[in-house]
Amino acid sequence: MKKPTLITTALMAAFGLAAGGAQAQISDNVVKIGVLTDMSGAYSDLAGPGALEATKMAVEDFKAKEKPSFAIEIVSADHQNKGDIASNKAREWFDRDKVDVVSELVTTSTALAVMKVAKEKNKIALVSGAASTRITNEDCNDVTVHWTYDTYAVANGTAKAVVKQGGKSWFFLTADYAFGQSLEKDASDVVVANGGKVLGSVRHPFPGTDFSSYLLKAQASGAQVIGLANAGTDTTGSIKQAAEFGVTPKQSLAGLLMFITDIHSLGLKATQGMYLTEAFYWDANDETRAWSKRFMLRAKKMPTMVQAGQYSSVMHYLRAVKATGTDNTQKVMAWMKTTPINDFFAKKGTIRDDGRMVHDMYLMQVKKPDEQKYPWDYYNVRQTIPAAEAFQPLSASKCSLVTKH
Amino acid sequence: MKYATPAYAVAFLLLLAAPFFVYPVLLMKVLCFALFACAFNLLLGYTGLLSFGHAAFFGAAAYVAGHALKVWELPALAGILLGAGASALLGWAFGSLAIRRQGIYFAMITLALAQMMYFFFLQAPFTGGEDGLQGVSRGSLFGLVDLEKDINLYYFVLAIAVFGFWLIHRTIHSPFGQILKAIRENEPRAISLGYDVARYKLLAFVLSAGLAGLAGATKMLVFQFAALTDAHWHMSGEVVLMTILGGMGTVFGPVVGSAVIVTLETELADKVGSLVTVIMGAIFVICVLLFRRGIVGELLALRKRT
Repeated sequence: MKKPTLITTALMAAFGLAAGGAQAQISDNVVKIGVLTDMSGAYSDLAGPGALEATKMAVEDFKAKEKPSFAIEIVSADHQNKGDIASNKAREWFDRDKVDVVSELVTTSTALAVMKVAKEKNKIALVSGAASTRITNEDCNDVTVHWTYDTYAVANGTAKAVVKQGGKSWFFLTADYAFGQSLEKDASDVVVANGGKVLGSVRHPFPGTDFSSYLLKAQASGAQVIGLANAGTDTTGSIKQAAEFGVTPKQSLAGLLMFITDIHSLGLKATQGMYLTEAFYWDANDETRAWSKRFMLRAKKMPTMVQAGQYSSVMHYLRAVKATGTDNTQKVMAWMKTTPINDFFAKKGTIRDDGRMVHDMYLMQVKKPDEQKYPWDYYNVRQTIPAAEAFQPLSASKCSLVTKH
Repeated sequence: MKYATPAYAVAFLLLLAAPFFVYPVLLMKVLCFALFACAFNLLLGYTGLLSFGHAAFFGAAAYVAGHALKVWELPALAGILLGAGASALLGWAFGSLAIRRQGIYFAMITLALAQMMYFFFLQAPFTGGEDGLQGVSRGSLFGLVDLEKDINLYYFVLAIAVFGFWLIHRTIHSPFGQILKAIRENEPRAISLGYDVARYKLLAFVLSAGLAGLAGATKMLVFQFAALTDAHWHMSGEVVLMTILGGMGTVFGPVVGSAVIVTLETELADKVGSLVTVIMGAIFVICVLLFRRGIVGELLALRKRT
């Protein structure tokens, strides 16, 4: 190559300056990841500090392996499961602290609120903990990825399995907000589609502590199965109180969304034989065991699917930033959607146009106490639900990004 | 009193320049809560009525304004006025019932009515229940000023807040305000002087509720969000804290109190997490034990002494 003359250098400099604004690059050379989660409330056990720990692991692993030229920072905050707090925090992060991506977002109402702010500010939202299918249907947008699971996936797995075992008549105990309603609706559809019937439902405020009156209603309904369309401490609370009121074992409970931390806190005696659907089990294979044991050392408990999914989503995002060399939202989203996810969490996972990350799900049955061999040995994997069946098909989607084509 | 006018002028100039140095959304939040606390102070500080249900007015206006903007697609100012009007109406209904009792019974009646409103907001379909009323667009002012820009919105919010402060200031220093103070100091004497105390109390209550609604509706516009938090009794408690911390019965006290509380809550949220409530509680205890007149109240007392 010829040595650049003075004129060409000047031209290049001028051109470079002009093009600088449009050029792909990372703002301030720092990628800032916000972890907005429930640090102290009903969902702090299944997401919360563990999800922050998983994010730190992802950043450390990424730095060690990929040696990025940019710096990565993590900020975190407690949204207390309130949509307004989450929305204010996200707005402040985007405006003032130059955060590029907000992640985790357990509790559907907070996820929906932050997604809207992210869209307005043209930044990315990575949802791991929130469950409602609204995130990728009515409220979908092109800057959000819903990573770990959704109400359709868990209801589909668990409700189908329970109906097939003979639990034909159902009554729902539902957390009264977007997530609970969404879970109840998705589960009802599955029950009816598989030949069961729904006798009724009762809604409890979120977060709840006293479930007695709701449980008595469920008892009076005479349904074989009481579907728990709630999560976290609401689920564990209702399972405990159902036993105290003698609702179980005459009627059986189906926890439509349960996490390994719930089983851990309730114990196998109270939960044995229950079916549940998860996206991740630490003891599934060597890869999951290796990662989970590292997590265990740091967080002092085994990861839930939300925490594992959080690691996976942050890692995929960071790889996208490295590959595209920019933190530009559209370019990063495009890379994330075209590149399959292959890690300990998901094999051949892909992100659809509606923002849904689809991957295999697992139907588990909780072990009997005498089957347990070591700590956290809680599940028998009964069935792997392939990605294509696990999630709501795109043809049924209400997402405007998909339906307008 | 001779320092009052220059002090207001300096404060106003500072507020005009503030968004260039401080995050405007935080400033707007402070302004909204300052207006809310001033409205509350009109009742507690100047009429001697402790309402424990002011969150209902704050929240109701937020929901009404949110619904008006989102579903009926009214312009921003119309939505806010509608919200404030709805709160004033609600204040009239609450007030008519509550002013028949005094002291703790008055507080309990307002609390009970506010809780009823809370459950209404939780269950009514238009509020979105636990999700809140989300994604309300800010729109524009008279189709000319784009309120989506934080800086434009700031001056709009500032104008509303200044209007609110002016109205309160005007009320306090009017003959009507004098009668309110007379009622606070000695109600039987005010009655014996021939004043229709119940009517004055009700008027003060309605005015306070309407201004609290103005604050709530404006906050909704800032955050594009009306949520149950706005109507929860915590909010009623918070406004009591702001007023007492800043200085009950002083013009500027509630403004200072709300600035302190809002800034602390926002800045500490990431650093100490749920400890925020403990810190707030400690501040309250210290305030009540050591400087009972509140920040501004103590400063005024100090100036009087020297």
